Amino acid sequence: MISANLSAIFYLISGILFILALRGLSSPDTSRQGNYFGIAGMIIAIAVTFLSIGNFSTSIVYIFLFLIIGGAIGAFIAFKIPMTAMPELVAGFHSLVGLAAVFVAIAAFLNPQAFNLGLIGDIKLASLIEMSIGAAVGAITFSGSIIAFLKLRGIMSGSPIIFMGQHYLNLILGITIFVLIFYLCKSQSNSLFWTIIIVSFLIGILLIIPIGGADMPVVISMLNSYSGWAAAGIGFTLENTALIITGALVGSSGAILSYIMCKAMNRSFVSVILGGFGADNSSEDKKDKKDQKPVKSGNAEDAAFLMKNASSVIIVPGYGMAVAQAQHALREMVDKLKKNDIKVTYAIHPVAGRMPGHMNVLLAEANVPYDEVFELEDINNDFANTDVAFVIGANDVTNPVAKTDPKSPIFGMPVLDVEKCKSVLFVKRSLSSGYAGVDNELFYRDNTLMLFADAKKMTEEIVKHLED
Amino acid sequence: MEIDPFIFRLSIFILSIFIGYYVVWSVTPSLHTPLMSVTNAISSVIIVGAIIAALAGSSDNIFEISSFFGFLAIILAAVNIFGGFLVTQRMLQMYKKKKNIKK
Repeated sequence: MISANLSAIFYLISGILFILALRGLSSPDTSRQGNYFGIAGMIIAIAVTFLSIGNFSTSIVYIFLFLIIGGAIGAFIAFKIPMTAMPELVAGFHSLVGLAAVFVAIAAFLNPQAFNLGLIGDIKLASLIEMSIGAAVGAITFSGSIIAFLKLRGIMSGSPIIFMGQHYLNLILGITIFVLIFYLCKSQSNSLFWTIIIVSFLIGILLIIPIGGADMPVVISMLNSYSGWAAAGIGFTLENTALIITGALVGSSGAILSYIMCKAMNRSFVSVILGGFGADNSSEDKKDKKDQKPVKSGNAEDAAFLMKNASSVIIVPGYGMAVAQAQHALREMVDKLKKNDIKVTYAIHPVAGRMPGHMNVLLAEANVPYDEVFELEDINNDFANTDVAFVIGANDVTNPVAKTDPKSPIFGMPVLDVEKCKSVLFVKRSLSSGYAGVDNELFYRDNTLMLFADAKKMTEEIVKHLED
Repeated sequence: MEIDPFIFRLSIFILSIFIGYYVVWSVTPSLHTPLMSVTNAISSVIIVGAIIAALAGSSDNIFEISSFFGFLAIILAAVNIFGGFLVTQRMLQMYKKKKNIKK
């Protein structure tokens, strides 16, 4: 058994290792090392916890048993999960953190002596507040992530669910939580504690159901942040430095990602939370336009011809590429192009995909070197000097309307200037609008050639024609 | 007058938020997905609370209510720890530079 002071120092070390783990992600070169720091920090934290208790009764066997069971499940998922399903996986993992926080809070409430928090029915006031906040945020994270998971997985429709007085209901429930915590502090009653958790579950559900599919990158980042705050709340309860540091890191990380995602869509965080985006029925008058405006469409042969005769090509991937699993075929196509001495780069919009950085992972999976992949601000000026833009599975992020039409819901959103290329190849199944419910003006431009097909099939066909 | 230890913890918390702020801004956007999965893994350090709760039931009965919640939390956190770090590792392994591929 080691002293409380010594274990506190070890917890601090593990907290520092977690900071280094995040620091490593500043470049792909250092990132793997960073991950090892994270693992080391986790091992230290767990080992120190065992040593500080020093109570090696039979229950320790069960702890290892459960650790192994959980670990095996986690490892199995980690190796099996396809990279396209990362958003669901992360949402699912967030829900587990949230639920674990709730369980730890419950355990602390039912057995406060174990955590030096006082006696049952006479828990220290500060601890009681901390654990109820931890439990409430954890419960919101849990149920919110479950909804996000169901939406991303397609089990639940991605369209927003809106009803009258929704925001007032959320507000009332939010206030209820604080009132309940206040009374819990006075009465220390079990039933109040359970009520807080149940109401929080409800808030989590209500908070996420009105948010549409296009806003999922924000939602995932936000839940990431919540899971951090929940951990920090529990960290205060347990007086554990490692948990407090980690909670703060994760909380601010998620908050920054939400901010970046909101900015990339030119939306305010509040409007995302209030939800309802993507449910616009403004498509009515747009339909007429579709009939009037001519659209040039082509086939794989035309596309192959255009690209063969180009000297530079920029690929713009989006969520559609992930859905069609076209990343490997795309990579093959790029290899063919490179053999013909064509310069190929990739342009990624921050909200391409369903979570931050999703496209980068998919391209990396298809063996695309990361130094050929560029972010919006780094590549946007290059479109003007490029022959062909190959848009595959992206839509709203290329819409020039965002720059020109102040009435458009996506006005002001930073977009990729693909229309500045000499010609644009746009792989898409139909002329339907994207998640934002906005018609893409790009379809009707003179320099746009629409390739109506499944992204994967089209890419494979282009590869065939490039060989000829 | 003595300072409440809570204030020290609060200081650590707030300073860590600042560290998190600067560290996360320096993360390259192409690694934002691994960032999320690794933050997920490290926030499962909540397992320390679960272990304390689970070991607190000194009796042989693991289904004593408070330690039972501890055990449940251990499973959940373990899924996350292993799943989170391994999937991060798997992703990071894929990020390669141009030279490495050409050989």
